[in-house]
Amino acid sequence: MERRNELWRVELRKNMKAKDRTALQRIRMPELSPEKRSRSMDEVNLGLSPEMAVAEARRCLDCANPGCVNGCPVEIDIPSFIKNIERGEFAEAARILKETSALPAVCGRVCPQEKQCESKCIHLKTNSSSAESVAIGYLERFAADYERTDGQIAVPETAPENGIKIATVGSGPAGLSFAGEMAKLGYSVTVFEALHEIGGVLKYGIPVFRLPNEIVDVEIENLRRTGVQFVANCIIGKTMTVEDLYADGFRGIFAGSGAGLPRFMNIKGENLVGVMSSNEYLTRINLMNAADTESDTPVFIGKKVAVIGGGNTAMDSVRTARRLGAERAMIIYRRSEEEMPARLEEVKHAKEEGIEFMTLRNPIEYRGDEKGKVTHVLLQVMELGAPDESGRRSPVEIAGKTELVEVDQVVVSVGVSPNPLIPQSIKGLEISRRGTITVNEDSMQSSIPQIFAGGDIVRGGATVILAMGDGRRAAKAMDRMLKNNPADEKI
Amino acid sequence: MNRIVSKEYFSENVVKLDIEAPLIAKSRKAGHFVIVKLGKNGERIPLTIADANPEKGIITLVIQKVGLSSAKICALNEGDCITDLVGPLGKATHIEKYGTVVCACGGVGTAPMLPIAEALHRAGNRVITILAARTRDLIILENQMRQVSDKVIVMTDDGSYGAKGLVTNGIEMTVEQEKKIDLCVTIGPAIMMKFVSLLTKKYEIPTVASLNTIMVDGTGMCGACRVTVGGKTKFVCVDGPEFDAHQVDFDEMMTRLGAYRDAEQADMRKFEQCGCKNSHK
Repeated sequence: MERRNELWRVELRKNMKAKDRTALQRIRMPELSPEKRSRSMDEVNLGLSPEMAVAEARRCLDCANPGCVNGCPVEIDIPSFIKNIERGEFAEAARILKETSALPAVCGRVCPQEKQCESKCIHLKTNSSSAESVAIGYLERFAADYERTDGQIAVPETAPENGIKIATVGSGPAGLSFAGEMAKLGYSVTVFEALHEIGGVLKYGIPVFRLPNEIVDVEIENLRRTGVQFVANCIIGKTMTVEDLYADGFRGIFAGSGAGLPRFMNIKGENLVGVMSSNEYLTRINLMNAADTESDTPVFIGKKVAVIGGGNTAMDSVRTARRLGAERAMIIYRRSEEEMPARLEEVKHAKEEGIEFMTLRNPIEYRGDEKGKVTHVLLQVMELGAPDESGRRSPVEIAGKTELVEVDQVVVSVGVSPNPLIPQSIKGLEISRRGTITVNEDSMQSSIPQIFAGGDIVRGGATVILAMGDGRRAAKAMDRMLKNNPADEKI
Repeated sequence: MNRIVSKEYFSENVVKLDIEAPLIAKSRKAGHFVIVKLGKNGERIPLTIADANPEKGIITLVIQKVGLSSAKICALNEGDCITDLVGPLGKATHIEKYGTVVCACGGVGTAPMLPIAEALHRAGNRVITILAARTRDLIILENQMRQVSDKVIVMTDDGSYGAKGLVTNGIEMTVEQEKKIDLCVTIGPAIMMKFVSLLTKKYEIPTVASLNTIMVDGTGMCGACRVTVGGKTKFVCVDGPEFDAHQVDFDEMMTRLGAYRDAEQADMRKFEQCGCKNSHK
């Protein structure tokens, strides 16, 4: 915490009393109006102006023991970057973010800050019920965007090249975070990606109105500049085996291959035409650009679209359907809104855009026409019972109470399972009952010493930032392991 | 990357391409497929690998022009590159010595059958291949098939070559002539595989069908390729592409194959109007 004692920062703290800082109102994020945005793919959140960012940064008390840092899976030095914003040193703020986060512009947009750093903010420890945390996420985004649009992108300092080859499987948030850390430590990192584009779920999953592709590309370009190499269209376990990688001289492997397989509910009519997984729907729109007439990839443009599920992916799907012209875009969720796992901001945005929330409803059957195309969904009406193992009140069927809803498209978004390609292709790798790779939770090391893993292939379905945290921890641990094993010795 | 080293027309609408893809050539086995994407706006489509030469680093694909994307691939020429090519995908064919095996191919389905027949033959099976197509011009790879088969029966719908009749007539003939058939492998249009499956079920011949459904990623991520097998939903890309034909719901599969037919036909009309057809040699 030496930084906290730097002269400028001590002065800055003294400039304003803590009481006055807490009295300041949290800034509101400027947004595209619901009318405009429900007809376009433009980004919803517009970002803070420098004046707004400085004003918001003033709210931070620069705590001696900042809870926010503990709430961050990659332990960003949050007070330091915020205080740099307050004093107008935006580029320095961005540099601090990049010390620990490989993708600050991404995290500033898609992290559930309200459940992480912001939930630990000192503002929330006051007794006032109207207290709001410092908008750490907005400020993170501001600093990262400032650096990007300012054109002065700093390449993080890297250790001298050590010539040790490291492979990363998958170019999603876990893999990118791992690759960035290892490159900084001087390793020669190659990222292998199965799809034709780099970015994993950041490209195929999260829609552009939440995370524009240019933002992801800039972060990938930054990694390239630190020396990370990317190989698209290469499936480890298929195109090349892990043995091939060893033979090519790779001495460590990080598996960040994600939670690939979409879950279905195994109910009648689920294979009718027009019923698809959110992965398929979002991949067609986001990765394949299918809604554009120039694209060869087809996609259904539904007028009455039901999205099954209450998570962020369900919100992404339903809001996409709305933007593509759905007259009715419905969320069908078996519990009540209170139990919904989606971020509050996504739910709020969805409602403003005219999404219908049909909660306490569960699909039990899809019906179709003579051509096999879905026309209706039969919903079981539910009520809330006792809490289940997740701590949330469990949905219970109300006997005999059903509803038939007309639909022409259904997007099933009820979770994903780990992609079995990597686990199946590596002999001796320990796999959990759920199909995830078993790792030591501190080091992210698998049952095979030179293979580490992180993200959804370990967690089964979590967030971008948790995946990034895994990548970072794995990098530190792999670095320790390799430094203890001289290059001429077999691990 | 992915350069086309030779192109051959099997018929007006069926093209054979040899493509430089050393890693795939080395790792592929019979039954595997690749995903191909052309250009920035291209669609990802699955194509089964027909042959490979690991020494030369070349794989062979046989493509029939059916929709926009396959038409664009067929229009490529020697020296052109395929923008994106990934594989090998799917589970390889299970090869063992069964005894007598019937390989029932329809049209362009002969291409993916070739490496399977070859592997079965090498494993010591008596391989009887039935090549079926609408008409003489659509019978492909006959000589290559003869080299890996103990017997080849050619069937055409119009009788222009071989015997007149459908692939199922060929199977009936074989059932009469052979003491016992231990396995049938079938690759072709879904409707053909459905009738092969119905017939072999009647004769209680274990049957494997290689399915070619709509896919996006080909790695299990999207689920577009799902089919019902034995009452359970399976993904063709990671659980297949080969399944017990007697358990496959072919009617559902055919419905799902037609999911984007209207959109495809509209795209196809646009493609043909823009004159891309002229790039055909």
